Amino acid sequence: MTKVEAIIQTSKLEAVKDALHEIGVEGMTVLEVRGHGRQKGHTEFYRGREYTVDLIPKIKIEMVLPDDLVEKSVQAIVGAARTGKIGDGKIFLTHVDEAIRIRNDERGETAL
Amino acid sequence: MLNRRSGLLAILVLSFSFLCSFPTFAQSTAANDKQQSAAIAGLQMQVADARSSADNAWMLVSSALVLMMTGPGLALFYGGLVRKKNVLATMMQSFILMAIISVLWALFEYSLAFGPGTGFIGGFSNAFLRGVGLQPDADYAATIPLETFMIYQLMFAIITPGLIAGAFAERMKFSAFVAFMTLWSIIVYDPMAHMVWGKGGFLNASLGGRFPTLDFAGGTVVHVTSGVSALVCALYLGKRAGYPRQPMLPHSVVLSFIGACLLWVGWFGFNAGSALAAGGLATSAFVATHFGAAAAAIGWSAAEWIRNGKPSVLGAISGAVAGLVAITPAAGFVAPMPALIIGLIGGAFCFFMVAKVKARFGYDDSLDAFGVHGAGGTIGALLTGVFASSVVNPIFRDSSGHVLPSGLLEGNGRQLLNQFVGVGIAWLLGVFGTLLILWIVDKTVGLRVSEDHEAQGLDLSQHGEEGYYWETPA
Repeated sequence: MTKVEAIIQTSKLEAVKDALHEIGVEGMTVLEVRGHGRQKGHTEFYRGREYTVDLIPKIKIEMVLPDDLVEKSVQAIVGAARTGKIGDGKIFLTHVDEAIRIRNDERGETAL
Repeated sequence: MLNRRSGLLAILVLSFSFLCSFPTFAQSTAANDKQQSAAIAGLQMQVADARSSADNAWMLVSSALVLMMTGPGLALFYGGLVRKKNVLATMMQSFILMAIISVLWALFEYSLAFGPGTGFIGGFSNAFLRGVGLQPDADYAATIPLETFMIYQLMFAIITPGLIAGAFAERMKFSAFVAFMTLWSIIVYDPMAHMVWGKGGFLNASLGGRFPTLDFAGGTVVHVTSGVSALVCALYLGKRAGYPRQPMLPHSVVLSFIGACLLWVGWFGFNAGSALAAGGLATSAFVATHFGAAAAAIGWSAAEWIRNGKPSVLGAISGAVAGLVAITPAAGFVAPMPALIIGLIGGAFCFFMVAKVKARFGYDDSLDAFGVHGAGGTIGALLTGVFASSVVNPIFRDSSGHVLPSGLLEGNGRQLLNQFVGVGIAWLLGVFGTLLILWIVDKTVGLRVSEDHEAQGLDLSQHGEEGYYWETPA
């Protein structure tokens, strides 16, 4: 099992969600987050004063997937979220030891 | 206008009864004459009653409109500009004045501002609203109950200290706020209102003051005093923790937007209501007010667009408020075209004060109470001396009743000097009165919240609640 964490542009959420559903991903957790990488934010003006907003709103998708779905899901996310400009986001993969379904104690990939 | 109409009515009635009576009672009896004059007197009374009802209706609506400027108008305008941890405390600062000043006004403040007294302050003869009933006081407003005048003026006394709160937003203790505002209202507002508008006031233009200052709806009394006091407060209290390094963005320009639009509407009560009657003068003040606000929104936006590349919503609404401030002393004295000019200048000037001057000197006038009200009020009061027109409002007359010129453009250069005197006195009273009050409050209850409380936010530390509690545990 692998945890896929994808940080993407907020405007790309619907497209990424659709792409993941298409390859058979059944569940995900979506968080509204703020942060920045190389894209350094933008400036805002309030009453003539300039403010740099360096933490930009992003969407973070978290999923734990059976290993055979991982590469396909990465392709799906990249395909749907890429614009080719700075700020498209990142995907992180982490190995997961165990998964437990609270309802009935199922463990491992069947709990996903 | 209405007097002429009632005269016309009387003539009509006279000639009608004369024509009717002529053929049959050529030798018209004394009894008949008596009947006719009784009928005329009755009619005149009805006309006076009708006029009084019309004026009173407008003045009660205006009073309500001016109260709406404080809550929710100013509360939303300022509330949106602070960080979200301070939204309730900021709104409370507007709201609590609606309660505190009202009580003080009834007890003795009305008397200090508008009761008979010296050229500088009224006395206590109208304390507890003694003698303030349904009979009009012709010196103030001949056609409305004095009680209406009293409640209308109260709404001004409420919003004026409320404006100052923008300068020390996010860092004053609530106890200090209550003490400061109580003292400020008595020591600064009441004398200034008395001088400009009160019977025997030193600056009163319509009741023969020494330096007749034209201030139709409170450019000096309301905006210069509050704006200058705001600057003094900002300097005395010091900057907010982290200013200007840490960004302190408005938490909701949406709230401020609603507040500004309510202020614009409420301002019609503020300025057009200051005619104290529902006649043509109210219309002229209403029109000037509207054009001033519109031109100033454009003035500020254009300045911002040129300087920063984008016209912001906050800029447009701030400009409108600045224009409303600048036109306040002038409305009721100027024609529509000068109102546009005053608004345009007011909007651009206030933007300059807020964007350039504040940054240059580094004071933390958090919500720009000085930059908008102090600066806009000052420029508006001076421009009133330039553009005031005796056609719009024939306020100066010689001893035989001939109308004299009002402003500089009509050839009354002296008026500009009078305006400087009025503005100067408002500045002096604002600076020294506020310094004294701040010192007293600082030494007794203390002005600023602790650093911890400031970091926590005033909502929690001063009031024990939060403006936005969005976690909803099921």
